[in-house]
Formats: sequence, C-alpha cells, structure tokens
Amino acid sequence: MTAELHEELTDPHGEHLDHGAASSPPLKSRISEPQPRGAKIRGNRPVDQSEAANRFMAATEHEAMHDARLWDLRQKRDKEMHGIEEWEELRNLASSIKEHTLSKLDYYLELFEKNATANGIKVHWAKDGAEHNAIVLEILRSRGVERLIKSKSMLTEECGFREFMAHNNVEVIETDLGERIQQLDDEAPSHVVVPAVHKLRTDVASVFAKTIGSDPDNADAHYLTECQREATRPLILSAQAGMTGGNFVVAETGTFVVCTNEGNADLSANTPPLHIASIGIEKLIPGLNELPVFIRLLSRSALGSPITQYTSHFRGPREGGEMHVVLVDNGRSERLGMEKFWPGLKCIRCGACMNTCPVFRRSGGLSYGATYAGPIGLIIDPTFNVHKYRNLPYSSTMNGSCTNVCPVKINIHEQIADWRKTLAGEGEISPVKKVMMKAAGEVLASPVVYRASLPLGRSALRHLPHFMLYNKLNTWGRKRDIPETPKQTFNEWYRKNRKSQSEGEKS
Amino acid sequence: MKVGLFVPCYVDMFHPETGIATLELLERFGLSVEYPVDQTCCGQPMTNTGCEREAAKTEELFVRNFGKYDYIVTPSGSCTNQVRNNMTAIEQTDAVKHVRSRTYELVEFLHDVLKVDAFPWAEFPHRVALHNNCNTLRNLRIASMSERREEPFSKPKALLGMVKGIEFADLTRPDECCGFGGTFSVFEEGVSAKMGQDKVTDQLKSGAEYVTSSDSSCMMHQEGCARRMGANLKYIHIAQILNGARA
Repeated sequence: MTAELHEELTDPHGEHLDHGAASSPPLKSRISEPQPRGAKIRGNRPVDQSEAANRFMAATEHEAMHDARLWDLRQKRDKEMHGIEEWEELRNLASSIKEHTLSKLDYYLELFEKNATANGIKVHWAKDGAEHNAIVLEILRSRGVERLIKSKSMLTEECGFREFMAHNNVEVIETDLGERIQQLDDEAPSHVVVPAVHKLRTDVASVFAKTIGSDPDNADAHYLTECQREATRPLILSAQAGMTGGNFVVAETGTFVVCTNEGNADLSANTPPLHIASIGIEKLIPGLNELPVFIRLLSRSALGSPITQYTSHFRGPREGGEMHVVLVDNGRSERLGMEKFWPGLKCIRCGACMNTCPVFRRSGGLSYGATYAGPIGLIIDPTFNVHKYRNLPYSSTMNGSCTNVCPVKINIHEQIADWRKTLAGEGEISPVKKVMMKAAGEVLASPVVYRASLPLGRSALRHLPHFMLYNKLNTWGRKRDIPETPKQTFNEWYRKNRKSQSEGEKS
Repeated sequence: MKVGLFVPCYVDMFHPETGIATLELLERFGLSVEYPVDQTCCGQPMTNTGCEREAAKTEELFVRNFGKYDYIVTPSGSCTNQVRNNMTAIEQTDAVKHVRSRTYELVEFLHDVLKVDAFPWAEFPHRVALHNNCNTLRNLRIASMSERREEPFSKPKALLGMVKGIEFADLTRPDECCGFGGTFSVFEEGVSAKMGQDKVTDQLKSGAEYVTSSDSSCMMHQEGCARRMGANLKYIHIAQILNGARA
C-alpha cells in the first residue's frame, strides 16, 4: 500500500489529491508511543488473543490509528461497491467460479501443469511447507543463488520460508514496502494486504534508524520511503533470483497473475533471470474469461481502489531465463474435505474481512499469533493446529459484517460458530468456558433452579446471577457498570398482575 | 391468533419494563397474549459458545413452553435468531419446527405479520439514535446492511417513524457491532468494553438524548459503558416507545 500523501499534494482547487483512491488521509502521531507487540507464543499452548489485544488497546495512539485507517479502507470499499450496479452479482459469480474450480481442482491443476509446461514453465508440487522450502532451496543452490528478492506472499509465511532460508544462508529481501518494514523489524505481517498497518510512522522511523541508518527523528513518509528505496535498490539489482506469489492461476492458459500496488512483483520477477512463484493450489481459476470477475472485486474489496496499480500476467520465462511454479498444498486438500470449512478455500486474500472486523481493528493483526489474522484467520488457522488456535474462533462477536464484505461470499461468521461447535465437540475448549456452559445449561433447563439463581434487589448480591459469573472473574464490571436489578422480575410482575391468566394457562 | 410471549432471561431479570411494554403493546392490537411462566432462556449462551449439547435441555423446555401458540413473539432479535436459525441441539420434530418457524422478533412481527400502520397512542419528542443488534440486522434482516448493495430499508425506523415527535440522530458507524456478543462480553472483556465505549462515543457525537433498539442485551452493555464513562445518554427499548412511553 502507498504511504500517506503530503498536504502539499493538492489539485488546482486546493482539494487534497486522492491518489488512486487507495491512499488514506494522513494520520499524524504527535507522541511517541512504543509499538505493542503481538501475541506471546508459548510452543503449542493455545494463543491468548485477548491478552495481546488488551496490550494493543493500551497503546491508545496505535489502536486509534489502526481503527481509523482500516475503517477508512472499509468506507472506500463501500464507495466502490456503490459504483458498481452488478456488485452482488459479481460476488455470486466469483463464489460460483471458485466453488466450481475447487470441486474439480485435480482436473484444473493438471490442466495448468500441462499448459504451463508447454509455455516453458517448470511446475513443482509441494505437499507442505517443508517440501516447498526444500524445492526452492534446491533450485537456488543448484544455481548458486545467494540473494533472493521476493514480493509479498502469505503462503511463504505459512511455510516459514524466510527463517528457513536464513538458516541455509540465502539472503531474502522483501520488496513490498510494508513487508520489508516487517522483515527489518523481525515481525510477521499483521494484515494480508497492508502488512505494517499496525505501525505508526514513528515506529517505522525507529525501525529504519536501527536497520538502514535513517534519521530516527524524521518520520516523514516520503523521506522514509526514499531511504528504503535507496537501501533496497542495490540489493534488488544484484539478486540472482526473484520470487513472487500468485493471485490467480489460469488453468486454460498455463499462466498466472500477480496483483500489486508497488510494482514490486515485477521487479522481483523481471530483474533477476530466475523467477520462482510459490502458489497455493486453491488459487486456480478455469480461464481468462473468469479472471475479470476477480480483478474487479479484489482491489475494490481490499483497499477501495478500482484496480491494483499493477496486474501482471506471467506467461513463461523470458529468453535465457527460467520460470518455476511451486504449487503448494500445505493442508489445503485436507481442508477441501472438511464439510463445513472447505469454503474458506475460496479466499482471494483481499483482507476486507479484517478491515471491517471491529475486533480486528481494536486488536491488531499480530494479536492472533497466527499466519492469518482476523475473521478469515479464525476459520483457517485451526485447520493448521487445532489446539494452538482453539481460542481464536472466540475472538469474534459473530456480528456477520465479514461475511457481508467477502467478495467470494465465504460464510465466515457461520463458520466461526461451526468451529466453536467443532472445538467443543473435540474437547478443545477452555475449562472455564466448559464448566460455565455446563452450569448454565443445567440452570436454564430448570425453571425452578433458574428462578432460585436470580440475584434481585432483595438480595445483597447486586450483580449478575451466579451461572454467569462461574469463573469468579467479574469481568463485566471492570469497565462497565453492572445493571441495576429491579424490584421484581417480569415473571414476578406477571404472576402478580396477570395471575388469573397464568393460572388459567397452567390448568 | 394465539400469541405466546417469550421474555428473554436478561429482560426478565434486568428490564421487566420491556417485557411489560411488549405485552401491553401486543394487547393493544387485540391479540390474546399468554406468558408461559415456566420459561427460562432460548439456549443462546451455550450454543454461541459451541456447547450445543449443553443447550439441548433448555431448547426442549422452550419448545414445551411455546409449542401450542400460533406465534411466539419476543422483544429480542438475537434470541429469535437463536430459535429460528440455531436451535439444532434437539431432534427436529414437528413441534420443534413449528416453534422455530413461528418465533418472531417484536419489530418484524409488528411490521411483517400485523402490518401495523399507526401507533396513535405513541409520542416521543426526543432525539433518538437507533441501534440494530447484529443478529437482528444481518440474520433476521430487519434493515438494509451497509456492507451490501441493496435498497435501503429499516423496519424499526418505519415503525418509529409513526411515533409523534420523534427525531432520529445519525451515527457515523450505524452497523458497527457494539461489542456485546453474548458470552463475548465476559470472555473477551477488554475488546468488548472498548467497542462499547466507541459505540457510546458515536452516540454522544450524534447528539442523541436516547438510544433505542429492539434488543436489550446490546443496550445493557452500552448503558454499562455509558454510565462508567459518565455519558449523558438514556437507553430505552423500542417496545416502550411504541407502547407510548413518554420518557
């Protein structure tokens, strides 16, 4: 995503220039508040998203900026949506195309392999992240590559690719500005489209000061961008290999499409003679006729801009060069077989669900402690590790806004509910929740026990009934007043005032 | 038409006036309304937490209480959504199917079933911000949703528009969840409270004197936040306004 624009960038009428509608109004931080870090990862123990979210919100400047920035993207998305009469039809189409392709995935994958091979692309198959990393390393080693430049890819995050390459002495340089910031800060991306959106510009200034020697007191976005450009261009020019992801893989043509706003995928792919694209197997679409449906939806949903600045089609190696595509499964086939959760594979990684999610906007993407944050993360992450990510489906109010903005109509909030059921069924639920719900279930099943449990004004206990407070942590009252208990319940009022009716009914 | 009144647990406990207003309002339209006194809850807390098995007995009790009515009406869209769309812990007998398909949230019952076109007794000369519960909005479709490209409509606004003197205050994020989320409000207290505070701030900025909704649960949370923040806002259930509450 582009940096903020300067105030002086105005049109002749003094109106602030809206750069491709994709930029956002400048948000300036006056104070320097340390950037809150993400969830604490303790091996395989369940990630505590709430704990990290609370730290994020305690950094009020960061939380306010994060919420405002992403809400701004959501509003721009709405504006674009209203500009397209057939918007809902497009969503239906996109969803159907994905469902069709996923239902015949083996066919389309093989068709792609055949056509891509004919185009001169070498196609590799990786069943998981480890296999992917090994395949790429083998390609790089056999060609003596020491430096790889790459554009943004969530798949390589899944695979732990950078860390693996670091251990194998291959230098990896991210070319997406936000991703480069995150790499230099040794932090994962916090959002699938805007990976450093949780950082204030002062945070970026401090990262760059430490890593590329910029002025720590200069947090001007243009200055910082220029510093990064100066530092990174020589590395890009001297890299021996480039890596990209792929937004859409076109089976009938054996080609693939990468969408970026910075042109960095083109730099990564075209500067060195060797181009490797790592792509998840769910990215297939049947043909070029289907592509525009997604192109029209992707950037509008993501950033509220009509199209990404670059939509690059890769058709084969250039003369004297090499092009490889690594098709990665990494749990996708298994997910495809999950009755309730396979629709998550329709995802085109636009991040609209994150932008609209009120929990995500207040928590920051790193609070989820997983590759995929926000609503889509809640339904994908448990497929990677059900125990570690068992709390994530609870980091949602299930308000359903995510489902509404999803350009491929994934029933996200329904899947969140389904995950809760699945997790509870498998015993992957926190003991507090389990005990509390068992008690609630017993109390609410019995009118007599239920009536006896109510606190009421006559009692000294002016708080919520016991079954709602079973965990002994009256979390309700920390930041909220507890509702006053009236003199009588409705039930008591009814018995008193409409007694004859209720008795008549009972007889 | 025999109507069974379901008064959700938190309304029964904390907002009996909402239950009374609902009952009186329905009676104004000449309906025979009964309140089965052995009712408790719709099972939503357990279902939403994923503990479907734990919800089964409560769901059975609900069907036992309400099986005999033509319509079951409740001043809560969230509970209606539970009954209509999520009451799946028990065997889907004819009685269960009947109850599930005949349960209505008050506003949709007035708007869609009774097709009410006037509340001559109602007058509320105040500036009011409307809050739609997310289940009521996005699952029951009580109003158009800002995320979707659809014709604007709002059943609660259509009804409130018939109340003399009422003035609407516009929120900047009308569809944004307030953070109640049922058990979310207890398990994820920090984010829940922050969302509630942000909602209250938006309501304050709108210049509203009152906030109204067809769901007491969201308002209980918002009111809790507002009081702690010292915000001068009053919360009133839509049933009360439509039943002629003056303030």
